[in-house]
Amino acid sequence: MGLRTTVLLAIVTALSVSVLAAQGQPSNAPTGNAEKGKTLFVERACWQCHGLAAQGGGIAGPRLAGRVPAWPAFSRYVRRPTEEMIPYTAKSLPDNELADIYAWLRSIPPPPAVSSIPQLNRK
Amino acid sequence: MATDANSHVDRRGFLKGAAAGAAGAAALTVPGVAPIDANAQAPQPARPAPVTPEQAARNLAAETAPLPDEVDVQTVDNPGSDFMVDVLKQLDFEYIAANPASSFRGLHESFINYGGNKAPEWLTCCHEQASVNIANGYYAVAGKPMAVMTFAPSGLHHAMMGIFGAFSGHTPTYILVANIADGKERRPQFDWGAHSVVDPADMVRDMVKWDDTPGSLQHFAESAVRAYKMAMTEPRGPVVLVVDASLQENSVADRSKLHIPKLTLTTPPAGDSGAVAEVARLLVAADNPLIIAGDVARNEDGMRLLVELAETLQAPVQGGGRAMPNQHPLSGGGNVRTADVILALNEDGLYGRLNRYRDQQVRNSTPLTKPDTKVLSISSYDLYMKGNYQNVERFQEVTMSIAADPQATLPSLIEACKKLVTADRRRVIDERGKRLAAASADALERARLECTYGWDSSPITLQRLALEVYDVIRDKDWASVGGGGGRLWNVDKFYRTMGSVNGGGVGGSMSIAIGAALAHRKHGRLCVRFQPDGDMLYVNSALWTATHHRIPMLFVMQNNRAYHQEVMHLQRMANRRQRGMALAHAGLPGSSITDPNIDFAMMARSMGAYAEGPISNPKDLRPALLRAVERVEKGEVALLDTLTQPR
Repeated sequence: MGLRTTVLLAIVTALSVSVLAAQGQPSNAPTGNAEKGKTLFVERACWQCHGLAAQGGGIAGPRLAGRVPAWPAFSRYVRRPTEEMIPYTAKSLPDNELADIYAWLRSIPPPPAVSSIPQLNRK
Repeated sequence: MATDANSHVDRRGFLKGAAAGAAGAAALTVPGVAPIDANAQAPQPARPAPVTPEQAARNLAAETAPLPDEVDVQTVDNPGSDFMVDVLKQLDFEYIAANPASSFRGLHESFINYGGNKAPEWLTCCHEQASVNIANGYYAVAGKPMAVMTFAPSGLHHAMMGIFGAFSGHTPTYILVANIADGKERRPQFDWGAHSVVDPADMVRDMVKWDDTPGSLQHFAESAVRAYKMAMTEPRGPVVLVVDASLQENSVADRSKLHIPKLTLTTPPAGDSGAVAEVARLLVAADNPLIIAGDVARNEDGMRLLVELAETLQAPVQGGGRAMPNQHPLSGGGNVRTADVILALNEDGLYGRLNRYRDQQVRNSTPLTKPDTKVLSISSYDLYMKGNYQNVERFQEVTMSIAADPQATLPSLIEACKKLVTADRRRVIDERGKRLAAASADALERARLECTYGWDSSPITLQRLALEVYDVIRDKDWASVGGGGGRLWNVDKFYRTMGSVNGGGVGGSMSIAIGAALAHRKHGRLCVRFQPDGDMLYVNSALWTATHHRIPMLFVMQNNRAYHQEVMHLQRMANRRQRGMALAHAGLPGSSITDPNIDFAMMARSMGAYAEGPISNPKDLRPALLRAVERVEKGEVALLDTLTQPR
């Protein structure tokens, strides 16, 4: 495991802690447009690290689908990441666009169950 | 090698056919070559000026006149290069990889006609970087060096990135560099600038363990054996032997006076017994020991030893490369932050493992370890270090540093640990093992869950790509020759992966994969390589070497149509400067590989490989993989151009 992987694990851990308490719970997030957010996720290059389906899992950004942090933690981290993530200031990504992205991330439907994918169940 | 009788066109027959075709104004067809339209306008060659009868008479007289005695030596018996082949055969090379060059025409001819092109067999390469990296990859699997032949200066310049990779990856690649030292032997116009250097090895001396420029055949024999021995002594590394063209081409005065020394390899150094005992004491007494392993094992026995140490202590192992089965309950667990004793084995990136570093505008790094954590290092890399190319990181303070080969030291360390384990410690150790096994099982389940996200996405996620490939090969005797699927691939044998082989940067790994697949070939293993598009564009001619030499393997592209790592760096710069946020999405100048998109399947087919693609729908993967694997199992090279997400 190289430095990059170590850092990634740290990011995953940091996000996971706040995420577990957040996904599926009400938040004081501003209202966003999920459809616009999906487009912005690509246009603002979020997908480069997190994947087009926000699936993460590679050597860069962690998965966001299904475990979006509560808005305060999410917006704070995007503006001033404490780990390796590229910072997005309000000049780079205005609040309304960030809210749109947040709305899309929270709208991503759950993936197929592990049990429904034969490749994941062969012994 | 099978020969297609229809594909053979001799020169005389070809010319005769061409003449007949031209006369009949019909399309000329040659098997395997696109038809030539005889009616098409073609440039007309310049007509030579007629030779006068007087000129013809002068030419005839000049060509038939007797030569003076001193220049009438036009043949040679017992050329020096035959003896060189004897030396290299004694070193048991299976292969020699090279792009041809006149500076080693003597050796080339000797390998083919005198040596019979066997042991070593000549591998035709189309670039010297490919030659060296094929050798680097071969060693990773075969465990012994491959020879590479090149020349100074150009060939050696091309080879340098591969040599840098061998240096960084501690790979004992054996490089012969032809040179023409004697000015009077150099052909005017050809050899002074293009084929001669005062000190060829100087170009790569910072990256090789040892080099020599023998001045005689006896010197060559001794230095050839010494070079092999030096390359294989821990820590291993590349060596260079400069081979003078005159030595190759001149006759051996008296073969009976030449002696080829016997090769005796140096046994690797084991750690000092007192120091090993202290390491054992600290490990057995630890509450949260952690093993961080670099490239530790040279063979299956090294893997067995690392597993035995981990199980003796029930200590998690991070890293370990091919020394640690990735689904072992002790693989990948543990935490640097909570560890009280850390054992580092051949870990040349220890600083990065033990410190948190952030690539933000102001760089900073802070220790991850507790202040009282004991860090114990056993490394052979402390025995050999170069100054210019720094394959080290910032200096990491450690509690104990043992300069020794980990694999050679592990037996005594394991024995010392076992002697110190009391019944009380056994209970503590076993409890720790249960916790780690449970965490490992959870991690495996999480890895399965992670795969489901983006499962049907197009471009295809890397997770799905890896899993689809594994699902097709899992019941075969497979080996990854580059890339892999992470935790869900069951890497249960030493040869499943390649260790720390290094190609010197982007562009080296495709050739490495081919060399590794070559070493796997005689074992009949199914070799799979995940091939990034950017890497393939450097030295893709290596693919022809694979098809030409019938090296069966499957390339599965990770084609994201960009040098995506650099895209992310550019995005980082843009964000810091708060500008150009849409740059990467629009196609980043300098990093995107689009407009036009490259047809890698067509490229592969042009070199004789079976190929399909581009494949962007994940549902199309499995049938394509089944077709490709069938071809590979018949001995072919296959490539699937799969469009993937970047990370």
